[in-house]
Amino acid sequence: MIIKNLSETFGPSGNENEIRDFIVETIKDYVDSLKIDKMGNIVAYKKGKNKNSKKILIGAHMDEVGFMIKSIEENGMLRFLPVGSIDKRILIGKNLLIGKDKIKGVICYKPIHLQKKDYNNIPDFDSLFIDIGAVDKKDAEKYVSVGDYAVFDTKFEKRGNIIKGKSFDDRLGCGALIEILKDRYENDVYGCFFVQEEVGLRGSKVAAYNNPSDYAIVLEGTSAADMPHSKDEPDFPKMGDGVVITISDRSLFVDKDLLKMSVEYAKENKIKYQFKQPMIGGTDGGEIHRSREGVKTIVFAVPSRYIHSPVSFADLRDYQSMIDLTKILLNKLK
Amino acid sequence: MKNLVKDLTSIIGPSSYEEPVVDYIEKSLKGKKNLEIKKDALGNLIVRKKGKGKKIMLAAHMDEIGFIVKHIDKNGFLRFAIVGGLFPHNIIENHVVFVNGVEGVIGYENKNFNWKDIPKIEELYIDIGAKDKKDAEKKVHVGLLGAMKPTFVDFGKRISTKAIDDRIGCAILLQLALDDFETDNDIYYVFTTQEEVGLRGAKTSAFSVSPDFAIAVDVTGTGDTPETYIMDVKLGEGPAIKILDSGMIIRKPVIDFMVDVAKKNRIPYQLEILKGGTTDGMMIQTNKEGVITGVISVPTRYIHSQAEMCDMDDVENSVKLIKEILKTDLSKRGF
Repeated sequence: MIIKNLSETFGPSGNENEIRDFIVETIKDYVDSLKIDKMGNIVAYKKGKNKNSKKILIGAHMDEVGFMIKSIEENGMLRFLPVGSIDKRILIGKNLLIGKDKIKGVICYKPIHLQKKDYNNIPDFDSLFIDIGAVDKKDAEKYVSVGDYAVFDTKFEKRGNIIKGKSFDDRLGCGALIEILKDRYENDVYGCFFVQEEVGLRGSKVAAYNNPSDYAIVLEGTSAADMPHSKDEPDFPKMGDGVVITISDRSLFVDKDLLKMSVEYAKENKIKYQFKQPMIGGTDGGEIHRSREGVKTIVFAVPSRYIHSPVSFADLRDYQSMIDLTKILLNKLK
Repeated sequence: MKNLVKDLTSIIGPSSYEEPVVDYIEKSLKGKKNLEIKKDALGNLIVRKKGKGKKIMLAAHMDEIGFIVKHIDKNGFLRFAIVGGLFPHNIIENHVVFVNGVEGVIGYENKNFNWKDIPKIEELYIDIGAKDKKDAEKKVHVGLLGAMKPTFVDFGKRISTKAIDDRIGCAILLQLALDDFETDNDIYYVFTTQEEVGLRGAKTSAFSVSPDFAIAVDVTGTGDTPETYIMDVKLGEGPAIKILDSGMIIRKPVIDFMVDVAKKNRIPYQLEILKGGTTDGMMIQTNKEGVITGVISVPTRYIHSQAEMCDMDDVENSVKLIKEILKTDLSKRGF
């Protein structure tokens, strides 16, 4: 299953080589042309069937959140920085893969026996280290160097429709885009796999500028909020309730016509859909819709629990709903 | 002009829902045959008065700060997210109006209330007088936008209501577009969208217009109320020519030019240094290869509240000052 490969492939922001190579290899035979721009985005073009077709940019980001090795201590422990936003409270004891050789390491902290009241504090990055089992600095330098990236070491698993793995934000978007690019549509499609979304929507800014389009569709993995809440507060989107349609987030208000159409087409074709909580998060749509003279943009997403952590869950039926709804738009937009 | 301001400020048009403002402006301009009107993908309204001279872009934003429904609880109270810089101390127990006309009151969780701490947005809710969730769902839905209820107070010269930021700029641009005056310049009156959430409309409209010279018209704070921060701007002492704010620095030749025009035409003016906040001008200035940009501000008290206050003399003088600027042969100033 392609999602397994996408989820497990290494590719934190700024170091998307492996994931890019994998995607290029996967799509190269069924797109009309393909290029890599100066930022490292993949732009795959698929001509439309219709003579008067519109240009539609459809994008997902390849990069994932991760870490960068900042320095190596005399005792062989690695100091590190987050790449993208990661909750510090989830880090202790997590397994990582480091550098191009995928050295295994673990984020360590004083064991509970040696702590006084430390467990009441949230450790900051200065008090956390990665242990790769090196005896000293010299030993560690054989395997790792400053500037190396690390990601969570997570195996992909599937049980029925439920999948578990890392980086569903946004490898689910990448997977959906790969599926979508297999077909041909009425409109011209510019399928973009962006770099560096997690550090500030950087790849999409360049790709949107280079590929002026009439419409844009962004495919994402977004936070599901269907965990137990102490208060009567929003518990949507929910896993299994369908593709998530964004109304607004911190980076954009989606185009009203596209929003209306998406809801209509979803209803008409019995595709399950739900809305995202307004004004939360941001996506590449933020950069794309403000590009050049402006681009009418909408964002679809697969709801996924615990994104930006070592393990996320998602429901393949939601993933399929996102693909189905996107395909309809690619044919119907005029 | 007061009626124009009253009409424009009364419209509910939070960021991304500027269509009612667009409609009002379009209706007002009906019959003006010398103007070309178009809208872009982000909803900006671009009104062009064609000319052979320099391309001048004037920008005023149509959107106002507001909120969006996030959740309807089982008792029919609405939780919301802010759209733009809406602050709790400005809105608690104010009346609000949704874009579909439904009205409400902003309440707050007062179980642990003390007089020192201002409740956070998460502790506020909107009461629309619904019995329960089902009843509320008949009137509102998640994603519905709203803004503060207009309460136009006329003090004579001075007025107070919501959304003077920046319907006052819209009124000034609209008045200029309605007035017939001689100029060779190619003028674009741009009524922008989504300024309050990050100058978004200004970005795309500046890109498409590609002006030689630009002026953003917006509001600025004042230093003339009791025990306020130090700022050399007062209500009623003339339009403020911006020197800098937290998003842009105006180049000296632009400031000098505007000051010269004001002096020559005996229009009162003030110089503005604003510590917090910025305008569409910031986005326009750094468009493409860069745009010579200035900002003219209407001094305003209580910005981002239901009771913003400005002086109509400053508004009328802003129209006069900008008109004189638009009549100038800019190439003579080296722009």
